[in-house]
Amino acid sequence: MDLIIKGGRVVDPANGLDGVADVLILDGRIARVERGLEPPEGTPAVEAAGKVVAPGFIDLHVHLREPGEEYKETVATGTRAAAAGGFTAVVAMANTLPVNDTRAVTDYILAQARADGVVRVYPVGAVSKGLRGEELAELGELAEAGCVAYSDDGQPVMDSALLRRALEYAQAFAKPIISHAEDAHLAADGVMHEGFVSTDLGLRGIPAAAEEVMVARDIALAELTGTPIHIAHVSTAGAVRLIRDAKGRGVPVTAEVTPHHLLLTDEAVRGFDPNTKMKPPLRGKRDVEALREALADGTLDAIATDHAPHALADKEVEYDLAAFGIVGLETAVPLGLTHLVREGVLDLPAFIARLTVGPARILDLPLGTLSPGAPGDVTVLDLDRELVIDPSRFYSRSRNTPFGGWRCVGAPWMTIVGGRVVMWERVIKGGTR
Amino acid sequence: MGLRGKDLIEVRGLEPAEIELILDTAESMKEIASRAIKKVPTLRGKTVVNLFLEPSTRTRTSFEIAGKWLSADVVNVSGSASSVVKGETLMDTAKNLEAMSPDCVVIRHAMAGAPHMLARALRAAIINAGDGAHEHPTQALLDLLTIREKKGHLDGLKAAIVGDIAHSRVARSNIYGMRKMGMTVTVAGPPTLIPPGVEELGVKVAHRLEEAIRDVDVVMMLRLQQERMQAALIPSLREYARLWGLTLDRLAAAREDVLIMHPGPVNRGVELAPEVADSRYSVILDQVANGVAVRMALLYLLIGGKPAEAGA
Repeated sequence: MDLIIKGGRVVDPANGLDGVADVLILDGRIARVERGLEPPEGTPAVEAAGKVVAPGFIDLHVHLREPGEEYKETVATGTRAAAAGGFTAVVAMANTLPVNDTRAVTDYILAQARADGVVRVYPVGAVSKGLRGEELAELGELAEAGCVAYSDDGQPVMDSALLRRALEYAQAFAKPIISHAEDAHLAADGVMHEGFVSTDLGLRGIPAAAEEVMVARDIALAELTGTPIHIAHVSTAGAVRLIRDAKGRGVPVTAEVTPHHLLLTDEAVRGFDPNTKMKPPLRGKRDVEALREALADGTLDAIATDHAPHALADKEVEYDLAAFGIVGLETAVPLGLTHLVREGVLDLPAFIARLTVGPARILDLPLGTLSPGAPGDVTVLDLDRELVIDPSRFYSRSRNTPFGGWRCVGAPWMTIVGGRVVMWERVIKGGTR
Repeated sequence: MGLRGKDLIEVRGLEPAEIELILDTAESMKEIASRAIKKVPTLRGKTVVNLFLEPSTRTRTSFEIAGKWLSADVVNVSGSASSVVKGETLMDTAKNLEAMSPDCVVIRHAMAGAPHMLARALRAAIINAGDGAHEHPTQALLDLLTIREKKGHLDGLKAAIVGDIAHSRVARSNIYGMRKMGMTVTVAGPPTLIPPGVEELGVKVAHRLEEAIRDVDVVMMLRLQQERMQAALIPSLREYARLWGLTLDRLAAAREDVLIMHPGPVNRGVELAPEVADSRYSVILDQVANGVAVRMALLYLLIGGKPAEAGA
């Protein structure tokens, strides 16, 4: 697929680029990024003057729910939600039904992605069989099948010895392990952050220490084994301190943060809206401040949504009974442009870096850059677009978000995968469904 | 004036003047209990559903009597008999109730926030009869009525609430109510049962019983749920009773005119020695009697007619 994107402000943090230029894609790959390019005769052109042209955004942390929970999301609907939200690639977590702990499941997910997907799908294989934390999954076969990392996400690997062996064994396949850092005993049956608000509401709390003891352990094991470990959805100031210190000492640790942990505190739980219930829980004000600072200084390498679709039936119940998690693919970029970039938490190139080169490096994906030869994945942003988040218009099959009604300024305008336009002004193009 | 909201979910959201109104109204209702014919026509033609999705004898009976004395049609739906056990969601239960046009739904639920869900979904007035560890507003109001009756006023009084503060909806509602009415509150119990940040509710924390009850006007003992031991929150009932149980000996540290309160049911010999429960300091049965009056007042204020009909 050939395409030229003309006259936009090209922001490509991987190459330190920020200026007006044309981006030429030939045969689905980036060919050149220069001013005043003359493309071959007949190359389709996109006029992007006034827009921001960036490498395609990568979401490191998505639950596509297929196979097994297609009533919540499918590869088809999840990748459409991704395209609508400006993402050209998603990393799909292993907690499907059945769990992605064997080649057959990985094959199935990739087949669905080829048949119905509109953006790239990178499966994550389970660390342990059935996510039970008892025996290692066949990590070698999962790597051969196309898994880009291993994670029991949704379930912490409580057995430190098992995680140690997983880290060692994974070295043979050069894949990192993504840790859902949560001490199951400390978290117990908690449903929100432990603090004054949980006391006031009479809801069971999950202390910050539940995350921090596991981050400390994960860092120690990464140090012991030398295998990179990636901390998913960091939520506490203490975890940030541990990660910053470990990185300073050269430990192979990386980390991501979600938009909701950057924008909301546990105060949002007042009123008992189950769309404020997720793991890790929304934390306190000081935690949010620490996360924002760490995102800006690069301690947190990536923004990832932890897109966790749940049907109304899973959420429209008592707070204690509601499923954990919210959708994020269609809200992350508008929320980030509005509440992080416009409010000066970090500048636009840094924000784009956390969605492109940041996640690409963590998983060693050949993406997140406009270097010649890289896949022709591009996200074009309209920084002036005003919108109100309206869950009823989501492409996702689920609507579980606390951000309905939020006003945003700035949104994805066009999503391009391999030189093919898959989304333009919220309209999804292509795909078989 | 009346109450501002259509529901009574939390003491937290009440103005002191609203609390006064509820207590004054309850006081005027008390007279009905002494009549030979305990019935007034105030809520004739009104329907009250008691939706009790967690076991309760005292509170449900109290609401039922309150409704019946006011001539409302009272229907009891309990957890075991309702369709909830058949897998119906609370929201579906609520919508089905709504279709039958009740004027008031009283809900008791094991989980915090359930009455909020109902209040959002139903036109009927919702009264929270206890939701998880969150609030139990009618209990706090009947406690305030009892204290005011015995002491003549609330402002300036000192109270100690002792026991499992972390899991207690009674404690939360009372802390809010007492603070709003000008009382000072000390909470006390094993540190494992004192929830984080509780000081931000405007209370002092004591870790010794003697320290908590010295010089206070009211000692409210909370029920200890036996399952707290499994979660390693306390080592044993024996140790709890030894350190936190109120005995006559310990009571010597308190004022001569102290009131001993308990929301019931009492674990005799655990948080309260039997001779204390039955002592002249105990107002536990006054609390129960006042419960009916407070619930009558609330039903009247939320779904009754004009103020002139009060206690008619």
